[in-house]
Amino acid sequence: MDLTRRTILKTQAAAAAAAAAGVSIPAEAQNIPTGEDIQLQWSKAPCRFCGTGCGVMVGVKDGRVVATHGDMQAEVNRGLNCVKGYFLSKIMYGADRLTQPLMRMKNGQFAKDGEFQPVSWDQAFDEMARQWKKVLKEKGPEAVGMFGSGQWTIWEGYAASKLMRAGFRTNNLDPNARHCMASAAVTFIRTFGMDEPMGCYDDFEHADAFVLWGSNMAEMHPILWTRITDRRLSHPHVRIATLSTYEHRTTDLSDTALIFKPNSDLAILNYIANYIIQNGAVNREFVERHCNFRLANTDIGYGLRPDNVLEQRAQHANDAQVSNPSSFEDYAKLMSQYTVEKASELSGVPKERLEALAKVYADPKVKVMSLWTMGFNQHVRGVWANHMVYNLHLLTGKISEPGNSPFSLTGQPSACGTAREVGTFSHRLPADMQVANPEHRKHAEEIWKLPHGLLPGKVGYHAVQQDRMLKDGKLNAYWIMCNNNLQTAPNTNNETYPGYRNPANFVVVSDPYPTVTAMAADLILPAAMWVEKEGAYGNAERRTHFWHQLVNAPGDARSDLWQLMEFSKRFTTDEVWPKEILDASPDHKGKSLFDVLFANGEVNKFPVSEVDPAYENRESKAFGFYVQKGLFEEYAAFGRGHGHDLAPFDTYHQVRGLRWPVVDGKETLWRYREGLDPYVEKGSGVQFYGNPDKKANIMGAPYEPPAESPDAEYDMWLVTGRVLEHWHSGSMTLRVPELYKAFSGAVVFMHPDDAAKRNLRRGQEVKVVSRRGEIRSRIETRGRNKVPPGLIFVPFFDASQLINKVTLDATDPISKQTDFKKCAVKVVAVSAADAGGQQ
Amino acid sequence: MRRGVFLFLVSVVPCLAAGAILAQDAPRLRGPDPFTREVPAPPMQRQITDDVRVGRNYPDQPPVIPHSIEGYAVDLNANKCMSCHARKFTEQSQAPMISVTHYQDRAGNTLGGLAPRRYVCVACHVPQTNAKPLVDNVFTDMDAITEPERQPARGRH
Repeated sequence: MDLTRRTILKTQAAAAAAAAAGVSIPAEAQNIPTGEDIQLQWSKAPCRFCGTGCGVMVGVKDGRVVATHGDMQAEVNRGLNCVKGYFLSKIMYGADRLTQPLMRMKNGQFAKDGEFQPVSWDQAFDEMARQWKKVLKEKGPEAVGMFGSGQWTIWEGYAASKLMRAGFRTNNLDPNARHCMASAAVTFIRTFGMDEPMGCYDDFEHADAFVLWGSNMAEMHPILWTRITDRRLSHPHVRIATLSTYEHRTTDLSDTALIFKPNSDLAILNYIANYIIQNGAVNREFVERHCNFRLANTDIGYGLRPDNVLEQRAQHANDAQVSNPSSFEDYAKLMSQYTVEKASELSGVPKERLEALAKVYADPKVKVMSLWTMGFNQHVRGVWANHMVYNLHLLTGKISEPGNSPFSLTGQPSACGTAREVGTFSHRLPADMQVANPEHRKHAEEIWKLPHGLLPGKVGYHAVQQDRMLKDGKLNAYWIMCNNNLQTAPNTNNETYPGYRNPANFVVVSDPYPTVTAMAADLILPAAMWVEKEGAYGNAERRTHFWHQLVNAPGDARSDLWQLMEFSKRFTTDEVWPKEILDASPDHKGKSLFDVLFANGEVNKFPVSEVDPAYENRESKAFGFYVQKGLFEEYAAFGRGHGHDLAPFDTYHQVRGLRWPVVDGKETLWRYREGLDPYVEKGSGVQFYGNPDKKANIMGAPYEPPAESPDAEYDMWLVTGRVLEHWHSGSMTLRVPELYKAFSGAVVFMHPDDAAKRNLRRGQEVKVVSRRGEIRSRIETRGRNKVPPGLIFVPFFDASQLINKVTLDATDPISKQTDFKKCAVKVVAVSAADAGGQQ
Repeated sequence: MRRGVFLFLVSVVPCLAAGAILAQDAPRLRGPDPFTREVPAPPMQRQITDDVRVGRNYPDQPPVIPHSIEGYAVDLNANKCMSCHARKFTEQSQAPMISVTHYQDRAGNTLGGLAPRRYVCVACHVPQTNAKPLVDNVFTDMDAITEPERQPARGRH
């Protein structure tokens, strides 16, 4: 097959001679292909990776994705992709793709301690249904659960929510987005009564100052960073300030870097509020017309197990979410403690830098965009941190207009679209409704054409609680889809792995690849991914965008949507719903869950003939109706007319996404401001209409210390996170050779002085040890991350260095989101004995 | 027939085959076996610095960097990459000039220099180490579909 240089030259010589003679030569003698051979079929799709939501053009030839490039027509990225996005073409083609279900077997039977063996889909679903029915019968709906994803398509999340809540009658459904932005989502509701940002990415081109709070955008949102660098380098007055616990590629391009001690961002935020108040920079008119003041319960614990001394000692561990109405005066009094001296002392940031930053917020002429991601959200006081930044924007009225924008970035491609808008959290229903609210449940039952009283009102287990309940044997039938939780959950050796291997539990993992999580399951289901199915995502700026199925998944791999719907056929209502509900609603008797959830007259309303004939759609073919359209239209009914309006299904296949609410065919760029948002009444100026009084809440809360801090023995802070080249746990990017070779394994970023103090050299093997577990890694004292003394950074993509064995399962007590950014560790050299014993 | 070859390749790769994956590297993808075991960390990989151009998988793939970029400043004061790859320095450096696309701003206007949105080179262009891929990638080059009989030997992986 090799074409040598010699044959190339011969062919080229022949072509040149022919050209000179003015004759044409046979195609095989031409040196380059022409005509039909070089035609590719190009289609749009959003990127599979982060929450930015870049548009990608995907080139297909002979049923294979052969090329991708940035979509020039996509507003988000206008032709750019980051290195991960540019290599999307290769993520589906790792040679170890799962192509058939695999079950742990012994003697032809399922056995928890058996070896993985290939089985048919029928065998897989038979065993799974048997286990589900056994658990439902013996223990009831609360022993069944599912862990989903902000990488699910909108209809996959929606189908899962219906199957779990209405089918199995449990709210034990949570997405991995809980680990990612639950603090942001919860605070949006607490502040504005509605989830998701008021602004959008157009703010990048309007702001005068960018303040990044715990966000390394240069690596984690590289294409949004191109919009900020574009603004900064094109307009000399623009400034960037970055707050972080270490220096990184984002601080390289920032005008100021404020490197603070972990958790002390709370003190800095309150100091800025205090500065605004003390210097007469409060926008009185805005605050009086549009804001309420509240004070949060304090001393709220750390979301650890209830028997932990930190929980027992905390005064408000059990009512952490409670806040009480207050006044500007009381709020100002609380803030007055946070002088520049105190903030500087707690944070370690020089006073002058703090003051300079406070002035940016206080100056009414400077349009400020605040941006944050995991540094805020993965924080034991993540909800408070989110509140505190809204406080700054609300006090100054710098909100809901171009360039003045508190902007919560999201990590996953559909954390907004699927986890939040569809409501796949254990406490949520679509369109910001809550499972605990009887009116909301009733509304959902009506839209879903289900009997009244069917939906459970008890909030289900959140992510970390699911792991604890698996370990404790209270959650026994468990389905994990579209995530790699055994690599990404906290304190995995003690709190996650034991639950997966607990003999009382049956754990199913759906994934395209054999991940750490899949290898610890009892049944692995092979999943279709990305453009192997028709999909929809919702990005961080409220943009809903669609793509078509472009290629087929290999072997027997099937989409999560097909898996959910097909599995629902194995249950009848009589098996899983209480008798009294069926007696009151005899029409539902004897039906399969598929019939009542998906063949309900709504979801199956659109015929297969409405599928664009240019594209394959395996799910619609399998079920006999346009599955995605039916699910989407039923789902959209929740939000239309309620500020969450989505456009008609077919529109999204034509456009590069639209930002909701889409009213009269027009998207909404800035919410809550008259003239920009059709939901705001004339003459009101601003209305935060998510709340009944149309006002936003300014929430006062203090600085409180982290759950665990370094001490004499565990003397370093550990921060975990991502790197540019790898997506989360690396299950896709590690299989792309160019990305693997760009960052070929996790390392411990350490300050050179800390390394010298421990007699460690760059490249030396070390153990990172906490009270919970340890890993072995290599020391890096150079490179992209410059950590201060006393702190290390270890990325989590490398499954051979499972840093989450070391992390602490402390969460924000309100949002239940884990703090992956701070716990105490020590770093020691791997001794000769260690090395010898384990090689 | 080409399609048949692909299906064959997919079907013979057993689900959890040892063949597709180098045993010592398996923990990087699937974790240690058993999960609770701690595995030694492989030595850090050396950067490839041979300056030999690597072919692209498709036209729009950003070329990888065949040299070390250790210590290169890309900050508000300097962009070290441009000291060789800027148009005016390429004759002297013999480095490839930045792509013409890099002169275009967000609105599609062609500028007189590197567009500010393209300033952070390493968002798209990455150096490579000499690490062996953890698992084969069966991505097919478009040329291999159009002209399966005439394919040059591919780069380093």
